[in-house]
Amino acid sequence: MAKTITLRVFRGDANGGTTQDFRVETFPGMVVLDAIHVIQKEQDPSLACRWNCKAAKCGSCSAEVNGMPRLMCKTRVDALPTDKPIEVFPLKTFPVIKDLVTDVSWNYEVAKKIQGLTLADEGSKEPLRMQQIDVDRVQEFRKCIECFLCQNTCHILRDNERKDVFFGPRQMIRLASLEMHPLDVADRTQFLKEVAGVGACNITKCCTEVCPEHIQITDNGIIPLKERVADTYFDPVRKLLRWVGGRK
Amino acid sequence: MANYEVFEYDVLVIGAGGSGLRAVIGAREKGASVGVVTKSLLGKAHTVMAEGGAAAALGNYDKEDNWKVHFRDTMRGGKFLNNWRTVEIFAKEAPDRILELERYGAVFDRTPEGLISQRAFGGHAYRRLAHVGDRTGLELIRTLQDHAVRLGMEVHMETTLTRLLKDGDRIIGAVGYRRGDGSIVIFRGKAVVLATGGWGRMFRYTSNSWESTGDGLVMAYEAGAVLKDVEFMQFHPTGMIWPPGMRGVLVTEGVRGEGGILRNSKGERFMFNHVPEFYRAETAETPEEAARWVEDKKNNRRPPELLPRDVVARAIYKEVKEGRGSEHGGVYLDISHKGEAYIKKKLPSMYDQFLHLGDVDITKQPMEVYPTVHYAMGGVDTEPEECKTSLRGLFACGEVACGLHGANRLGGNSLTDLLVFGRRAGEAAAEFAKTEGHPETPMDQVEEEVELLMRPLQGGDGENPYTIQSELQEAMQEGAMIARTEESLKQTLDKILELQRRANDIRVAGSPAFNPGWNAARDTLYMLISSELIVRAALERKESRGSHWRLDYPNEDEFWSKHNITVRKGENGEPVIEPRPVPEMPEELKKILEEGA
Ligand code: SF4
Ligand code: SF4
Ligand code: FES
Repeated sequence: MAKTITLRVFRGDANGGTTQDFRVETFPGMVVLDAIHVIQKEQDPSLACRWNCKAAKCGSCSAEVNGMPRLMCKTRVDALPTDKPIEVFPLKTFPVIKDLVTDVSWNYEVAKKIQGLTLADEGSKEPLRMQQIDVDRVQEFRKCIECFLCQNTCHILRDNERKDVFFGPRQMIRLASLEMHPLDVADRTQFLKEVAGVGACNITKCCTEVCPEHIQITDNGIIPLKERVADTYFDPVRKLLRWVGGRK
Repeated sequence: MANYEVFEYDVLVIGAGGSGLRAVIGAREKGASVGVVTKSLLGKAHTVMAEGGAAAALGNYDKEDNWKVHFRDTMRGGKFLNNWRTVEIFAKEAPDRILELERYGAVFDRTPEGLISQRAFGGHAYRRLAHVGDRTGLELIRTLQDHAVRLGMEVHMETTLTRLLKDGDRIIGAVGYRRGDGSIVIFRGKAVVLATGGWGRMFRYTSNSWESTGDGLVMAYEAGAVLKDVEFMQFHPTGMIWPPGMRGVLVTEGVRGEGGILRNSKGERFMFNHVPEFYRAETAETPEEAARWVEDKKNNRRPPELLPRDVVARAIYKEVKEGRGSEHGGVYLDISHKGEAYIKKKLPSMYDQFLHLGDVDITKQPMEVYPTVHYAMGGVDTEPEECKTSLRGLFACGEVACGLHGANRLGGNSLTDLLVFGRRAGEAAAEFAKTEGHPETPMDQVEEEVELLMRPLQGGDGENPYTIQSELQEAMQEGAMIARTEESLKQTLDKILELQRRANDIRVAGSPAFNPGWNAARDTLYMLISSELIVRAALERKESRGSHWRLDYPNEDEFWSKHNITVRKGENGEPVIEPRPVPEMPEELKKILEEGA
């Protein structure tokens, strides 16, 4: 049953690097992260990677497997072609620290700028009242495990390196989760347009494709946000109607 | 002397899981400057793994529920070894902490009235767990993370603290290293909150991540703090057992809460044969009643699958031991009778997890499960009001602290624990910091730690840290997991002591920069010491109670029913194990317990 596979893993740091091949014996159900762990335990304990949960819940083990942004703990080895080495690279959009570990601190920095939930009765201790149907879409966005695979994939951040103009899909759905919260009273449209840069997104939907939580980032998050911005800036009447209609 | 980077805060919080972040919020609200240190990235701590929910007697479905019932359930679950005052505070404050979380931004599932929905869970008399599908822990940590960021804290990610620093008997900070470049960092805190979570990595089957090595527990122990109840490790009855890479990963209790049935290889629903007398009156008598309970909780009693975790875990162990196990040595957990739509709606991540990683479609096939090490009930002995430890300036909260759960934790109580005592610890630490200064950093202690940290990198051949870890896991799994005897524990202890000697010679290659092998070297020492303490305490408790099951002492014992076991480091560095009487409960609380009996 046991089969031997080859992993071609990036080794290096901020100054560049190269790849190294490792031969690993598979076991049933092995995922790429298992293979990396086997390497660490048996061949090279200095191989750096991130992981925590090993159950696709924490979003730590993001990498590019055969060129695809994936969670290593959710990528089965037996689902990959084995006639050639399995390539495991760090996320390209963020600077490499070592091997498979990248510096994702930018994501945390921009997150700080986003205004959190703002309630009309701030300071009160009353339980909130919200219907399930009204929180469904917010809950979809809150499934995000901050794996940053979408950030890694978005061409504005990845190829154009425009981290200065666009916060990226992860932060867009964070903003969407706040904007669409039934009881939130803050208005983030100006922020969305001028700081977070929602206009930069050109709806290619590549982010949605890689999201391990299957969040409809573009359709359910970014497009409605774009509409809000458009209403505010170009069609104030519609915005007003939306307010009156009670659909924030 | 080397020049190390130094950071200084009123309150230093070690650990950024739920309790650490709630402590940050508490301390910030009191005006303290706060630094928080985490081994991982922010928001990745073990809290994300919690699936079921956070218990609080909100009474949104069951109006009869109140703090007294929650108090009673928790004390009974803990076999009365809990600190009664800790439990009282907990049960009373739980609803406020949950409601406040909503105002920070958490979006729980709703009732038809638009309030927080609550789910039934093992050991809780009423529907009590606030939840978000099966990802409640993620909701909790993300909410706390965002709110703490909003209030302002300095976060040191991927930084591992390895030793608490002392000025006389007071804790004044900690030293450790940054994972990224391996540089040594010193943190000075007028008050220090230990929120390092639990330990389970010393067992082979565990739901815990690489972080759960016992570092916080052992740091406190080495610094002289008193520990308590460390013999009590919770085995979650249902961990995945197949495929090998998924071994130990949790199958949420929610599966059983939604009607999941446990069967052995003969197809028997065996839990009906394992209902203890104590729980008989409140457990369904027939499969029909159990099935009805899923739909109508008021007029039916709960299925035996939802008995407390220790009871279910032991039943599974026995079934397997007696030859009625599944193909890969577990038992079957089946929810497929509930139908595809229901399962996908109620248990989406379980469905996903099994389909993609286990090759099992749980809407059609049963899962294979076996108990997995899940939670540490014991920890640093912590006083209830302000979460003070026995060391001045050191506060503890969350899983590393001890007092709430007694001999067995109820599912759903840990998430709320993080909130209630995270807040108390953070606020108390901030108050403490107001009247204290920063004593000088004891460089001799720093240098001693640096020497210990760097030893594995000095070159030459030696032991591989991973080999020592797997041998330890093997020994703990065999001798100190669910079923324990004097003999198995003694054998395990011998093995641990041997490994401790060998661990002096751990050597790893490479530099300190993001080097998992080097990190594992220090972690191994924590695992070895915490294992030793667990085993020594388990040897001492000559009875079976809660999660601690001694085959050679199968009954509860009168003396031990009234004593906790404390552990501290003696004068000559040896562990001192001592029984300590459980504090006497006031009359009005005793009444609450009797009312439910
Ligand atoms: S849809 Fe927008 S955010 Fe998503 S990848 Fe394309 S440009 Fe980036
Ligand atoms: S939105 Fe999806 S892809 Fe992006 S960070 Fe969150 S979970 Fe990952
Ligand atoms: S390790 Fe948590 S998502 Fe992969």
